[in-house]
Amino acid sequence: MFHLVIEMFSYPFMVRALLVGALIALCAAVLGVTLVLKRYSMIGDGLSHVGFGALAIASAMNAAPLLVAIPVVVAAAFFLLRLRETSHVKGDSAIALISTGALAVGVMVVSMTTGMNTDVYNYLFGSILSMSGSDVWITVLVSLVVLALFAFFYHRIFAVTFDENFTQATGIPAATYNSLIALLTALVIVIGMRMMGSLLISSLVVFPAMTSMRLCRTFRSVMISSAIVSVVCLVLGLVISYLYATPTGASIVICNMTAFIIYAVIAKIKGLD
Amino acid sequence: MSLLKCENLSFAYDGVTVVSNLNFSVEEGNYLCIIGENGAGKSTLIKGLLRLKKPSAGRVEMGEGLRATEIGYLPQQTQIQKDFPASVREVVLSGCLNRMGLRPFYSRVEKERAREKMEALEILDLQDQCYRDLSGGQQQRVLLARAMCAAHKLILLDEPVSGLDPVATRSLYAQIARINETTGLTVIMVSHDIDASLRYASHILHLGQEGQLFFGTQKEYLRSAVYHEFLGDSAAPMWKHDFPNRLGRPAPREEAEPTETERQVRVQSGKKSSRRIRSGKAASAKPTEAAETAKPAEAAETVKPAEAAETAKPAETAETAKPEKPAEAEETAKRPVAATGTAPELTKGGEAAADAQKISEKSSGKESGQASEKSSGKESEGI
Repeated sequence: MFHLVIEMFSYPFMVRALLVGALIALCAAVLGVTLVLKRYSMIGDGLSHVGFGALAIASAMNAAPLLVAIPVVVAAAFFLLRLRETSHVKGDSAIALISTGALAVGVMVVSMTTGMNTDVYNYLFGSILSMSGSDVWITVLVSLVVLALFAFFYHRIFAVTFDENFTQATGIPAATYNSLIALLTALVIVIGMRMMGSLLISSLVVFPAMTSMRLCRTFRSVMISSAIVSVVCLVLGLVISYLYATPTGASIVICNMTAFIIYAVIAKIKGLD
Repeated sequence: MSLLKCENLSFAYDGVTVVSNLNFSVEEGNYLCIIGENGAGKSTLIKGLLRLKKPSAGRVEMGEGLRATEIGYLPQQTQIQKDFPASVREVVLSGCLNRMGLRPFYSRVEKERAREKMEALEILDLQDQCYRDLSGGQQQRVLLARAMCAAHKLILLDEPVSGLDPVATRSLYAQIARINETTGLTVIMVSHDIDASLRYASHILHLGQEGQLFFGTQKEYLRSAVYHEFLGDSAAPMWKHDFPNRLGRPAPREEAEPTETERQVRVQSGKKSSRRIRSGKAASAKPTEAAETAKPAEAAETVKPAEAAETAKPAETAETAKPEKPAEAEETAKRPVAATGTAPELTKGGEAAADAQKISEKSSGKESGQASEKSSGKESEGI
């Protein structure tokens, strides 16, 4: 077993996948805490379906996929996260509308052009082989930007998540920080979609946060725990996927589910629920 | 220059006006309570003052010294917060953000400020506990500490004691009052709790479905017809107590003892008031006038027996009051109307006051001297 793992590291695509994956997992986890607490858990799903539609259109037009996907997904994220409670279309139904609509558009475009090929399959379910050299650099750069912005505005993001009205009332522009969260989420979804797939990227956003909240008592500890759980599960999932030739995205999600169950059991034992 | 001034302020939702034509101002150090029925627009007004909602007409003017980053706010609790995984310290510290500009991390100054506020509200020992594990009262105190971190000049509280048990309620009110007294922080509070509002407030703003019903000091409000109509018969027992100042000091006596003419008025109008003074004969006089003046006059008059009762020198005042009868008649007649010029409902009270004036003028010519002596004697016994 051990020598298999060593061998794994000798493959460049695996090293790329591990590096990129870890960064994506980190970004998704910290953003996920905010999104889950704002009751926007499904936004990862919604945005990833929009991303799928964008990627489908991009490949039909033979354009660079990320160049098309990023602006479209960012626009969708702004739209969804800027919806206020007073609007007639509420958060979760807006996500459902956009999510299924975009997926349908993508499938339609695909069927009219290339048909269901491996590329499209990879868009839906992810592939660790999808990381080319340049992709890695873009992903690393974007991840570091996301993490830096998040760290810089951490306290304000907390304030806006905990109580948006108060934050706005005491003179801090809550709308700006909501837009920031929207932007960061969109970026993470797009870069994560290549590896995890449209259908499963939202798990990276939601699972670690939910897992940590079983046990952790302060916001900072929830963040730290989410980050750790996310990265550990991603690495484990990748290794399992490599060793047993299972689909990558699904393996990672199953590791996350296991972590959730473990945390929940510990919480139950400790009587924290 | 007032800290906050509202002129002809109106708010609307989807084109439907929910509160209209508000005119009031708040000075530094004031404690303003906003009361009214449900749906009168109190929470809307608070949101408007905080710029969370744009007015449909009129404006909110902030005095020179007041910026948005100097205001603290205690909102009603939302569901998200009740389950939020955050420590008490993190929540309270988030109130310090408004003074930090673009600085990313809290400095010693902010941490110290948060610690002070937590100590003042007696939650320092809870600072590492998870917010969602606290009781309702503790959560409210945490949010109040946060609001105080943010409030440098003004704090707005939206129903701060809803959902709290009586002990926690009393404790929270006492703490807010203490902060107002000791630091001079201006307080604006929306509350359904009339008793507490009247106990602690320096000014009252009463909103009704039609708009602003009253704005003025707490003393003026207690004498107003709006107050009595709002509470109906339950207003009467409250007059047995003299509302002390915020921290329990008795309110100073301001007006002259208006005992003479009121008793005459009461005697003439009869019914309930006659029971109190037990002057049987005089009470039966002029039942028709009693019927006319009806409730508002009675309400206005029940104000006076309590004041008279607590003066503790009814005999003396009866003597001194005699030569001052006409002047006092005018005074008592004016009192219900004096509360505010802006309340339309007071026309009723105004008519009653005019009637009361008529009656007292009539009686001043008659055997009033005797009746008043009798009633003053009986009153000092009875009450």
